[in-house]
Amino acid sequence: MSSSRRKFLKTAITGGIAASLPLSAFKLLSPAEVQASIGDDKVRWAFLIDIQKCVGCGFCVKACKLENEVPYDLPVSRTWVERYVVTKDGKSHIDSPEAGRDGYTSAKVRGDDIPPEEITKAFFVPKLCNQCEKPACVQVCPVGATYQTLDGVVLVDRKWCIGCGYCIMACPYGVRFFHPVYKTAEKCTFCYHRITKGLKSACVQACPFGARQLGNLKDHDDPVTHTIMTQRVGVLKAEYGTKPQAYYIGLDERVR
Amino acid sequence: MTEQLIVHGLEWTVKDLFVYPNEFIYWSIQIVMYPYMTGLVAGAFVLSSLYHVFGQKDLQGIARFSLVFSLALLPTAMMPLLLHLQQPFRGMNVMFTPHFTSAIAAFGIVFSTYAAIVLSEIWFVYRKFFVEQSIALKGQPGFVNTFKQTLYTILTLGAMNTDDAAMGIDKKGVKILAGIGIPVACFLHGYAGFIFGSVKANALWMSPLMPVIFIMSAVVSGIALCMLTYIIIMEYKKFQATLAKGRGDETVKELGGVEMDVISKTSRYLIGFLIAAISLELLDLIFRGYTAMKSWDILRSVMFHEDFTKIFILQYGCGNLLPFFLLMLPRPTIKRMVVALVLVLFGVFMMRWNVVIGGQAFSLSFEGFMHYNLPIIPHNLETYKEGLFGALTVAITPFIIFWGINKIIPSLQKV
Repeated sequence: MSSSRRKFLKTAITGGIAASLPLSAFKLLSPAEVQASIGDDKVRWAFLIDIQKCVGCGFCVKACKLENEVPYDLPVSRTWVERYVVTKDGKSHIDSPEAGRDGYTSAKVRGDDIPPEEITKAFFVPKLCNQCEKPACVQVCPVGATYQTLDGVVLVDRKWCIGCGYCIMACPYGVRFFHPVYKTAEKCTFCYHRITKGLKSACVQACPFGARQLGNLKDHDDPVTHTIMTQRVGVLKAEYGTKPQAYYIGLDERVR
Repeated sequence: MTEQLIVHGLEWTVKDLFVYPNEFIYWSIQIVMYPYMTGLVAGAFVLSSLYHVFGQKDLQGIARFSLVFSLALLPTAMMPLLLHLQQPFRGMNVMFTPHFTSAIAAFGIVFSTYAAIVLSEIWFVYRKFFVEQSIALKGQPGFVNTFKQTLYTILTLGAMNTDDAAMGIDKKGVKILAGIGIPVACFLHGYAGFIFGSVKANALWMSPLMPVIFIMSAVVSGIALCMLTYIIIMEYKKFQATLAKGRGDETVKELGGVEMDVISKTSRYLIGFLIAAISLELLDLIFRGYTAMKSWDILRSVMFHEDFTKIFILQYGCGNLLPFFLLMLPRPTIKRMVVALVLVLFGVFMMRWNVVIGGQAFSLSFEGFMHYNLPIIPHNLETYKEGLFGALTVAITPFIIFWGINKIIPSLQKV
């Protein structure tokens, strides 16, 4: 009995090693690694927003919702426009009704009338995913369903996302949400399906004033890259160390 | 179609002042339940280990119970996570492609290691029982007996030897497993704290103290639950003895004496861990106030205005301070202990609530607040899953599982 057991163990171990040898020729890749090979490493997409040019018309939000099939009347959006009204008492009055989709046609901020003589400055701030160089959302995804492409855009795999919401919690900018139809994490992709085919992002194309622009940071002849390199630009929430890649011209210190 | 189009979180989130459009309370009641249940699992296991590793004889009766109870609690530590997933059927993906830069990715591994330890420890403890049952039921007529015999035979895993040497090996196995189990239980829980503590975007959560605070409060809640269950079992035994032998009988008095002795001994540990937990939480609070970083303004308004009742009255007052005095007062009685223990359990629950929900009570813009309205009466799957009844389902399940397991491995009989 004991000799046959020994024999069995011997054979089992030898067989195990023999079977694992050819297997070691293969490399196990996580879906994130596989998908990270998507994209062109000669490109680094970056966004440039000129706050001085934004009038708060909301065309960008409209275009985005339609292009990316985010339910039009639900209060979630891949991009949005915020309004800042600063009064003499030093307070900021901020709002973004319907993500700014319908444009700012009323002077009321969250239902409050602000006397024009009290206002010291007012401006609009378009927001979208910053496609961070060190994205916190990618770091925390437990299954590798969200990943960064070689050209720097962070995407979500709708077929693999488990919908835990950890990425939504980890994003300091609040750009992520659950897609009401697909029930997976959803975010701005700079319209990756368009820009990789040489088209403009939907919001960039819809902006009548050129406040939104998209460029390739690795191409120094790109006018957007030129502006980012030569002008004084700012980014949002640099303190989180995510290295955001949406640059703002005319950014106010009050912008959150 | 309308059923499909649900913005997750819209149902129970009320926004106040300026909040980013996509911000909602995404992590609701189930994420409060998750660390709470994990804490109870860890606590129940640690209590059973006190007997198996440190040989606390007076815990012999409760050791088996708490070991089996921690097995019953195990699946319910995972249940809230599954209930909160938007794609619950993809939960297994965590095991298929764990992405190890994520704090959640290791959950499957830590959790299954822990489950393996608990299961094998139970096997070592009950192997003799399985063998005896398998032999005793052999040849007995009836479908149930045949089924039971087959089940017990399978459960022995072919190890039918019950002589002294074999039993000695079993005992050693239990001791080793229980010894490994304690740090693993602490890790399982400290790890839950890390999931929150490492979220840099959240001003309330981000703190290196978070895992330690979580372990301390887990041990507190675990000990409290086990003490409470111990009291219930002993009271039941006393009640049975009284029925059989009358109120003034020696056995009844003896049971009462043992009960009080164990409870007052264990309560010393409870007080110790309670002090540690409160000190760490206060240190965290004071440090935040003193350093007064950018986020302090909004955190202060959440703590001292929006959530004042929940944090200072319910958590610290009713959940910590009051039971602390009840436990410290001289001449303890069982009734007072029960009140104190229930309050401690409530306090730890409120702590979880204030961390998970409190962490989402303010906008990432620091310019507004979000309030969580717990869905009570469910009107669709989501309001059930992430509402009062979903939480109650999670809370009741361990007792149902325990009832089932107890049919196969009786843990309440005298050994």
